[in-house]
Amino acid sequence: MHGLKEKAEKALNKKAAVGRDIDLNIYRTGTPESNATGLAELCETDLLSAGIVPSGEGRSGSYIQEDHSVTHCNMTQKGVEISSIEEALKKYDWLKDYWWKALAVDTDKYTAFTELQPRRGYFMRVAAGQKTVYPLQACLYMEEEGVLQSVHNVVIAEEGSEMNIITGCTTASSLHSGLHLGVSEFFVKKGAKITFTMIHNWKEDVVVRPRTGVVVEEGGVFISNYVSLKPVKDLQSFPTAYLNGDNAVARFSSILVAPEGSWLDTGARVYLNGRGSRSEIISRTISNGGTIIARGHLIGNAEEIKAHLECNGLILTERGIIHAIPELEGRLRGVDMSHEAAVGKIAQEEIEYLMSRGLSEEEATATIVRGFLNVEIEGLPPELKQEIDRAIEESEKDIF
Amino acid sequence: MLILDGVTVEVAGKEILHDINLEVKPGETHVLFGPNGTGKTTLLMTIMGFAGYTVTKGRMSYKGEDITTMPLHERAKMGMGMSFQRPPTIRGLKTRNLVALCSKMGKDPEELARRLSFEKFLDRDVNDNLSGGEIKKSELLQLMAQDPDMVLLDEPESGVDLENIALVGEVIAELLDKAIKHFNEPMIEHKKKRKKSGIIITHTGFIMRYVNADVGHVILNGRLSCANNPEEIFSCVGKFGYEECVRCMV
Repeated sequence: MHGLKEKAEKALNKKAAVGRDIDLNIYRTGTPESNATGLAELCETDLLSAGIVPSGEGRSGSYIQEDHSVTHCNMTQKGVEISSIEEALKKYDWLKDYWWKALAVDTDKYTAFTELQPRRGYFMRVAAGQKTVYPLQACLYMEEEGVLQSVHNVVIAEEGSEMNIITGCTTASSLHSGLHLGVSEFFVKKGAKITFTMIHNWKEDVVVRPRTGVVVEEGGVFISNYVSLKPVKDLQSFPTAYLNGDNAVARFSSILVAPEGSWLDTGARVYLNGRGSRSEIISRTISNGGTIIARGHLIGNAEEIKAHLECNGLILTERGIIHAIPELEGRLRGVDMSHEAAVGKIAQEEIEYLMSRGLSEEEATATIVRGFLNVEIEGLPPELKQEIDRAIEESEKDIF
Repeated sequence: MLILDGVTVEVAGKEILHDINLEVKPGETHVLFGPNGTGKTTLLMTIMGFAGYTVTKGRMSYKGEDITTMPLHERAKMGMGMSFQRPPTIRGLKTRNLVALCSKMGKDPEELARRLSFEKFLDRDVNDNLSGGEIKKSELLQLMAQDPDMVLLDEPESGVDLENIALVGEVIAELLDKAIKHFNEPMIEHKKKRKKSGIIITHTGFIMRYVNADVGHVILNGRLSCANNPEEIFSCVGKFGYEECVRCMV
C-alpha cells in the first residue's frame, strides 16, 4: 500500500466533481473504543427500519459498527466470510491487491480523508462456487452527536459465487447531525453475482458521502438497490461500475424520497467495456419539497453492449425540485443505448379512474404512488424485495 | 333509479350535451346509439361524475339523492360502476390488487378472473400492454368485483374477438341480472324484483344478443332522441342511418 498515504494527503483539499463541498473539520472523528456495547443496547427499531435483524436470524452473517467501533460480527455459513476490514487486512496479505483498486484514493477529499483515518469498515467474501443461503447484513450506526463516521469496505465474490447483502445505515433516534463517509469496493469475479441492497434512514442534519467502485469480470452480475425515504440534509453519491468482462451485467435501481429540506444527488455511472455487457440504471424519485438530482451515465466502449437508463420523478408538493440528468455515451458502432426520463405530477386521469372504483382521492393517490415506487428488479431475491416493500410501507405516512 | 332532468354539459368550455332528459328505472337496461363524437361517452362520464364534465343546467338524481355535484368516488360507493373505452395504465399496480381493492365483499380475484379466462393477466400492471379485447375483460373484471347497481358500459364489446364475445356477453348479462337461467321462482316474478340497471353504448349491437335491453336511445349532435324499442332503433339505423332514424322516431 506504498504511496497511498502521500496520494491521500495531496488530495485532502480536492473538491468532489459534483455536490456541495463539506467542511470535514466541523465533525468529530473520535477514537475506536473496544467492543463495549452489545447489540442489545442499540435501538432495535432503528435497526429494523433499515432492514437489519438484530438477532441475526435469517441472515448468513452480520456486521454492526457503532460510530467507530465494531460491536457485533459473526458468520454462520461455511465459505462465507464477514469481518472488520482491520482484521481482514491483518489476516490476508493479498487484500492489498484490492485496496483502492475499484476506486482511486485521490478521487476527492472524502476518499483521501477516509484513507488517513484508522481502518474501519467491513470485509465480506464468498468462496468460489459458494452461495449465501441468507443475506449478509451490515449496519453502520451513527450514535454520537456530530460524529464523522468513515469506513472503507471491501466485498469480494469469488468465481461462480453468489452473495446477497443488505446494508442498513441508520442513526440513533437521538442523533441529529453527523457526517458519514463510506468507501466501498466491490469485486465480482467470473460468473459471480452480488446483490447489494441498501436501506438508509438518515436524519435532517446528516451529511452523507458514499464513494463506490465496482469491478465486474466476465459473466458477472452486480445488482444494487438503493432506498432512501427519510429526510437527509445532503447526500451525494455516484457509484461507478466497470463491466470489464464479456457479458457482465450491472443494474442500479434507486427509490428516493426527498422531504422538504433534503438534498439528494445520486445516480450511477457504468463503463461497458466487455463485449455484450449490459446495464440498466433506474430511478423512481419523489419530491415532497426537497431536491433530487437523478444522474445516470452509461459509457458504451464495446460491441454488442446494451444499456438503458430510466429516471422517473413525481413532485407531490407545490414546490420541489427533481433534476434528471441522463447521459448516454456510445463510443463505437454496434452499441444499443437508450434512456427515458419523465418528471411531473400524478396524472389526474389515473386518480379519477381509481376513484370511479370507489377509492377516495387520497386512497387513489396513495395507490398510484405505491405503484410508482414498486420497481420490478430483475433477479432480486424475494427476501430483499420484501425488505424494500416493508421500508416503503413504513414510510408511507411520511410520503403522503 | 337514475333521473336526468334537463341536463346540459360543458367540456372545456364547450357545450356538448343539450337538455338531456332520461330516466332509467330499477331493473332496466338502456342502450345508447349514435355516431362517433356525438356525446355518448360524455353522457356516461357525466353520470359517473368525472371532473371536466360540468353540468351547467339541470339536475341528476340517483336512488332518490341529488348527485349533480356529488364527488366521483361517492357515486361509486353508492353503487355506480363504469367500464371504460380507453382506461389509463397504472404502473406498478397489479390488476389482482386493483380487483381486490374494488371488491366490497372480499371476492377472490382469481375466481372472478377464471370466469373471464383472464387469470394470466392478473399479475400484469393495470392495463399495461393489453389489447382492446383484453382491456374490456379487465374492465369487466373490476366491475364484477364492484358489483354495481347502476352499470355504465362504454362499448363493452368493441375489440373483443368472436371467440370471447359470448363470454363477455354472458358476464354483462349477469352483471345486469339479465342472464336467462333457472330461478326458484317464475321468470316473470324474478324480473319484477330485478334491481340492477344499466346504460350500454354500442355501435355493433352485438351485445343485444346476450342482454335483453329494455329501452333504446339515439344521441345525435348532443341531443338525446326518442326512447323506443332498442331492436327497432337498431334496425332502423342499419337501414336508413342515424339522421333518418332520429327524424322518424321523434
